Amino acid sequence: MKEKMKGGKQMLKYPIYLDSSATTRVDPRVAEKMIPYLVEIYGNPASNSHTLGWEAETAVETAREEVALLINADPREIVWTSGATESDNLALKGAAAFYSGRGRHIVTVKTEHKAILDTCRDLERHGYEVTYLDVLPNGLVDLENFKKALRPDTVLASVMLVNNEIGVIQPVEEIGEICREKGIVFHVDAAQAAGKVGIDLSMLKADLVSLSAHKIYGPKGIGALFIRRKPRVRIEAQMHGGGHERGFRSGTLPTHQIVGMGEAFRLARMEMADENRHIRALRDKLLKGIADIPDVYVNGDLEHRVPHNLNVSFAYVEGESMLMSLKNLAVSSGSACTSASLEPSYVLRALGRDDELAHSSIRFTLGRFNTEEEIDYAVKELREKIGKLRDMSPLWEMVQSGVDLSRVQWAAH
Amino acid sequence: MSASVYFDHNATTPLDPAVLETMLPWLSECFGNPSSRHEYGRAARRAVDDAREKVAAAVGAQPSEVIFLSSGSEANNLFIKGALERLTPGGLAIGATEHSCVVRPAEQMARRGWRLWKLPVGPDGRIDMAACAEIVARKPSLVSVMLANNETGVLQDVSSFAALARRNDCLFHTDAIQALGKIPLDFRALNAAGVNAMALSAHKLGGPKGAAALIFDKRAPIEPLVAGGGHERGLRAGTENVAAIVGFGEACERAARNLSRNAEKTRDLRQRLEKGLIALGAPVFGREAERLPNTVCFAAPGIDGETLVSWLDRAGFAVSSGSACSSDSPEPSHVLLAMGVAPDLARGAVRVSLGASNTTDQVDAFLEAARMTLSQLKKLTAIAVCQ
Amino acid sequence: MTYSSKVMDHYENPRNVGSFAKDEEGVATGMVGAPACGDVMKLQIKVNKEGIIEDARFKTYGCGSAIASSSLVTEWVKGKTLNQALEIKNTQIADELALPPVKIHCSILAEDAIKAAVADYRKKSGEPL
Repeated sequence: MKEKMKGGKQMLKYPIYLDSSATTRVDPRVAEKMIPYLVEIYGNPASNSHTLGWEAETAVETAREEVALLINADPREIVWTSGATESDNLALKGAAAFYSGRGRHIVTVKTEHKAILDTCRDLERHGYEVTYLDVLPNGLVDLENFKKALRPDTVLASVMLVNNEIGVIQPVEEIGEICREKGIVFHVDAAQAAGKVGIDLSMLKADLVSLSAHKIYGPKGIGALFIRRKPRVRIEAQMHGGGHERGFRSGTLPTHQIVGMGEAFRLARMEMADENRHIRALRDKLLKGIADIPDVYVNGDLEHRVPHNLNVSFAYVEGESMLMSLKNLAVSSGSACTSASLEPSYVLRALGRDDELAHSSIRFTLGRFNTEEEIDYAVKELREKIGKLRDMSPLWEMVQSGVDLSRVQWAAH
Repeated sequence: MSASVYFDHNATTPLDPAVLETMLPWLSECFGNPSSRHEYGRAARRAVDDAREKVAAAVGAQPSEVIFLSSGSEANNLFIKGALERLTPGGLAIGATEHSCVVRPAEQMARRGWRLWKLPVGPDGRIDMAACAEIVARKPSLVSVMLANNETGVLQDVSSFAALARRNDCLFHTDAIQALGKIPLDFRALNAAGVNAMALSAHKLGGPKGAAALIFDKRAPIEPLVAGGGHERGLRAGTENVAAIVGFGEACERAARNLSRNAEKTRDLRQRLEKGLIALGAPVFGREAERLPNTVCFAAPGIDGETLVSWLDRAGFAVSSGSACSSDSPEPSHVLLAMGVAPDLARGAVRVSLGASNTTDQVDAFLEAARMTLSQLKKLTAIAVCQ
Repeated sequence: MTYSSKVMDHYENPRNVGSFAKDEEGVATGMVGAPACGDVMKLQIKVNKEGIIEDARFKTYGCGSAIASSSLVTEWVKGKTLNQALEIKNTQIADELALPPVKIHCSILAEDAIKAAVADYRKKSGEPL
């Protein structure tokens, strides 16, 4: 991560970080709040016999209020977990187990995060039946299609608020209404949404909501699950022990991380509106900068989308080699959690993108600390490197000479 | 902040400043997600791998046997629930003095049709070998016995129980959370004896809260508790808590290096403390057994433990009336009850757990404060009795 | 994924990128792979009257290892007879570039590209396959 001079005045730090949906830097203001709880106030928040324990507990409860405030919930509805993945597991397995007497059918969507999809696979092995809904070509859930999937024995539905790969915002308000009316527990994975879109749980009829700290400038290793009190939703605990978090989730609470999450959520509440304007301007600049490159496709709806995300397929250029050549840009192809595999993104395939375009996608996700200069650099870099790779691409050559790739008989291997 | 003397190291430990130093970069400019393939991500991945090696080295395990988790409770839950989840319900045996994060998952499995045996302990807190042999002969699928008790510090002869378990084809798990950093731990030797899995936690040895590990020989398939994304070889999904994991690695390395010195120091302090307590007429539990060098669990007959610790807190000493996690419960400690301590006396239990930074002066001051507090409380109790 | 320095070198300075005109004398083309699988390699060889491959060109759609593998084989086939070129095995390519196991398919594809180009040449010149 070397620093280079650009134009003699602006210091740019390479690689330029455009991967805020994978994780974000801890905001220095957040880190500052955390440090005292690592150094001086190190008590176990469960120690109720001495001052160090009480001070830690007070900090935990203040943070709980901050998290609740951002999403307009009651602090008593917030249960700490180690992150959104655990929250997703707790919500789905916990609700499925508690309501299994009522039915064993679950509805979710093909473009959900792996934390949801893998948990659903686990539940299938334990005798539950799961419907994985298709999405429209713009990445959004079709409400009619959702309604049709519901059955008398459907007990649980899980739909993410903001998609991690393409940033589209799902119609969770409408889905919440449908679920509430039918008495179906509705879980929303809001890991990518908190701090990016307004969440008002006094209006949104979600029963369980997963939250993460490290996607909004808080630390890794901490998340929360909102569990609605009115009307009350019940779940079965998945980690048992000292009975922390009113029995929903045992394990010593990492005070400093919780304090960090609280501060990150507080900052998001104060700054979200301005920040979104800043980020939208950057995203639009990025899009404008590459829009005239031929055969560039934006994946997912541009309107129902957080301003932070731009997911683009550069046709006839393969994603991994793109990442290699864009080594001064920290971006991702597919989601970070699956990028160890060579499979094309399952989210893009669910949009109906053909494999070739799915292989050619790059996700840019912008954040609080990005600057206009960084975007200028990224545009310049993209134009140059995409050009170079296309010069090397046999597919590009064929298309330029008028070959229709879809009619080519490819040798299988 | 009160100028407290911290005597509650079994609940959690202050973070070692040197450990904090290694964590700070991961809370600022090094912030990548270890799953990301760019430079930020690769740096984070290397940091997690380095920490894995350090944790493994400190406890005599292979790095591939280390699964990072969020808490010691999770480590115990993962093995007990995860291993049994893959088997048809049968028997399950745990020590009678196990931590609640072993007891509760075991009870949860019992509700799902598993037969749960508790291995009885003698008055010294040690599991009785003959009783254990009798239960293990009934071939439970899993036996779990802690290495060191969190309340009394009593050590169990885990290798012998594990050998017994292996002869009966039982999986064997040990909660080593309180042992880590206080006594030498050698997973290779334990594993050779028959231990399949061992739970560890960072915040009990000068590391941060939020990082823990299950050391696991992978001889038995286990079902992950947290699915989604294939992290930690598919056994624990979720973005790694890089800063805490880095701190965990460093804390393990430092603790291993300083282990004998620290153990000697806390043992001396404890001896001094116990001598003073006995002079005050306070029985020390588990004293006959081999124990952790830092832990003293005592009671003042006729005095409620909760009251005593709150007076001691006001006098500037942070101690505990039981294990931190269950200290909300008014029930007397299940550990002491299992040792045959009368409920009234058990209600008076106070745990002092020392750390290497504690001093003789602190111990002496504590004894003096305890003496004053006890005499005042005794007067109050006497008045209450008269009324 | 970390790439070996040899892969990085071929990736950053690919040898013999480009195309010969298809109808040029002695030019044959091998195209292997499929876009859906994430790699397509086009290898062209130019064979002189003595039956020696005197030049080669490639274009590749694929990951860094695929690009490096094809770049490497353009260097290796030069100066070889067709039969000698056919002796280049994927294992040699993988060894030379220190490809990790998940990238072995790239070296297989490069070997296939040589075979396809040679077959194309023999078909065009009426040589027995």
